[in-house]
Amino acid sequence: MFDSLTQKFNNVFRSLSGRGRITEDNVRDAMRQVRTALLEADVNFKVVKDFCESVTQKALGAEVIKSLHPGQMMIKIVNDELTQLMGPVDSRIYYVSPGPTVILLAGLQGSGKTTTAGKLAKYLVSKGKKPLLVADDLQRPAAILQLQTLGEQLGVPVHCDFDSKDPVKVAVKGVHVARSSDRDVVVLDTAGRLHIDADLMDELGRVCKAVTPHQIYLVCDSMTGQDAVNSAKEFNDQLELDGVILTKLDGDARGGAALSVKAVTGKPIKFIGVGEKLDKLEEFHPDRMAGRILGMGDVVSLVEKAQEQFDAEEAEKLQQKMAKGQLTFDDFLKQMQMMKKMGGMKDIMKLIPGIGSQMAGMDVDDGEIKRIEAIVHSMTKKERQNPDLIDASRRRRIARGSGTEPHDVSGLVKTFNQTRQMMKTMSGMGMMGRMKAMKQLGNMDMFGGKVPQMKIKQRSKRKKVDRKKKAKGGQSRSKGRR
Amino acid sequence: MALFSRTIEKLKNGLRKSRDKIGNSLKTVLTLGRKIDEELLEQLEEQLITADIGVETSMQIIDDLRSAWKEKKIAAAEDIIPFLKQDLIACWPERDRQLKMADQPPTVVMITGVNGCGKTTSVGKLSYWLSQQGHKVVLGACDTFRAAAVEQLSIWSKRCDVQIVKHQQDSDPAAVAFDACEAALARKTDFLIVDTAGRLHTQQNLMRELTKIRDVIARKIPEAPHEVIQVLDATTGQNAINQAKMFTQAVNVSGIMLAKLDGTAKGGIVIAIRNQINIPVKFIGIGEGPEDIEPFDPESFVEALFS
Repeated sequence: MFDSLTQKFNNVFRSLSGRGRITEDNVRDAMRQVRTALLEADVNFKVVKDFCESVTQKALGAEVIKSLHPGQMMIKIVNDELTQLMGPVDSRIYYVSPGPTVILLAGLQGSGKTTTAGKLAKYLVSKGKKPLLVADDLQRPAAILQLQTLGEQLGVPVHCDFDSKDPVKVAVKGVHVARSSDRDVVVLDTAGRLHIDADLMDELGRVCKAVTPHQIYLVCDSMTGQDAVNSAKEFNDQLELDGVILTKLDGDARGGAALSVKAVTGKPIKFIGVGEKLDKLEEFHPDRMAGRILGMGDVVSLVEKAQEQFDAEEAEKLQQKMAKGQLTFDDFLKQMQMMKKMGGMKDIMKLIPGIGSQMAGMDVDDGEIKRIEAIVHSMTKKERQNPDLIDASRRRRIARGSGTEPHDVSGLVKTFNQTRQMMKTMSGMGMMGRMKAMKQLGNMDMFGGKVPQMKIKQRSKRKKVDRKKKAKGGQSRSKGRR
Repeated sequence: MALFSRTIEKLKNGLRKSRDKIGNSLKTVLTLGRKIDEELLEQLEEQLITADIGVETSMQIIDDLRSAWKEKKIAAAEDIIPFLKQDLIACWPERDRQLKMADQPPTVVMITGVNGCGKTTSVGKLSYWLSQQGHKVVLGACDTFRAAAVEQLSIWSKRCDVQIVKHQQDSDPAAVAFDACEAALARKTDFLIVDTAGRLHTQQNLMRELTKIRDVIARKIPEAPHEVIQVLDATTGQNAINQAKMFTQAVNVSGIMLAKLDGTAKGGIVIAIRNQINIPVKFIGIGEGPEDIEPFDPESFVEALFS
């Protein structure tokens, strides 16, 4: 599903490429894919409808930044809109003074309330608070015991009453205990309940009335489908929520529920649960969630990162150098450092639509890049400007300096020469040609990858590219195959 | 017969909310005498998607409808529901819905699923259901990971008056499975129900652990486990397809128990699962009590969804 979706986006965006402006038809076409993407990510149908409407309006009015792909611009608009809808971020817990601050966790059965209560307690401890857990789930067998076990693991006291049948009393007692034992935050773990179960919802209302919690969080399973809106709305109507905690995000659910819940309740998503261990509670980042919901890598951050890192003027200079085949090792190094700033090679590859799927089987080794850097650093200025200078003796010196073998050095020089050659070739190509050449770039052994040989339409007469076949075995240069 | 009518009653009650919702909106769309047209089909598609049936499967259903319409098999709006019913009921032939029994007891049923989908509760209900039918049941408490899961199952075993095999928390679940198999053989029980810890299908090490549990069971009792039931929360969205795929890969899931169908969620995802991975639904869960379990009845399911 994931790949096919990325593919779909690519198709739409390919059709957009080369145009300076997004036409209305383009937008509608792309929006159809966005709609499918959102629906497949379990965003509620109505929310999707409204969302698509507003994005279409925005996209039609938007100018395309010249240096960007119109497709990317489109994704950017979608992404920004999604991010904005799910934001703003507000992970703060508002404490009251004098304490104790009472936090109530509510939600459907199995959404992860008890585990979240444990995680929240741990988070509070890390913030210098002294939480008290209150086991107010008197419904499910052994729920109290579960919270007690968690409390023991964390060294956080747990208030519980095995004999009581009345959650209101337990909650009130819990707050009293906190007050008298000098705990400043109370985390109330309530029983899971269906939003349509009038009796249990009533009971929850009574608990709220009795202890007037300062914060009420809805714990919501990120795998929830279209129904997320119904339950969230009902809980919000009855309890006046203060925030949402989204759980089980360590799975591969795309988490459209986040958007649905935010859309119907308007309440911020405070935290996300990303694992079973008790430290797996993170603050929510709407931008990351947006990428996840769209299921297309994070092209926008890539574009933005690239924009941040690449100085336009410098890029222009570089481009000219490339065109003339005058690239030096210094430029090479600079490029690599930029890439590193943008995250690891693997991450970057994943972010590029189309290339990501091509490279699925490829093992990009970031350590390799470090080694290359070391080699380049061990070269003299002259050598960097003019790699042809490097003879056997210099090679030995460079290898010693970088802690590599001489054949590593010669391998890098070779790769570099190829790159230079290819850059020159590429600069004469259109966008499509460049995309293809990019794929070919991954084909070279400088990434130590195991890439299947790709068919490349060679527009240039240069035969040099054929040498890249040596990469076929997937052996990396540093392993000393030659 | 009493049991049967109760089934219908329960299911109807359980699905009333869902039925009201989808039924109402369907009714507003499918007014009497309205001719089928593209707009109507689009509205229908929306309804199907809202039931978590998924984009792809909804589109397939709509395509079926469209071709039937083009071939003039159906023409008016009131033909649509009977057509859909027939279309969907065909997904679940009867033989698929029965619990596969071992030739030689014990029949081993393994329960799996992601965290919080309702496995332990389902194990409890299933053991109650089986023991009500006069079967001798033993439970294997293989969820040794989650705090107090063993205690939770112990409480269920007392409640349903069935035996239980358990170890300490954090012990090896495969070892518990082994002992449970031995106990089932020694005590000559009819059923062994193995509860496992919830795990997200993306956690490969945990999925391998699941495979190991299965292998241990298979070694101890040939051809076991006879059923591997994946418990699925009815509120789950499209991710359920991935779940079913990965669990099937790990332990060859033979059926689904659709839990928490008493909410407003429609559980339409099982249609997509049937469509794409071909796993039948065997049971539904419609409450927290021991008796809140029913064998899956596609007719009532679809009827409750559309009537």
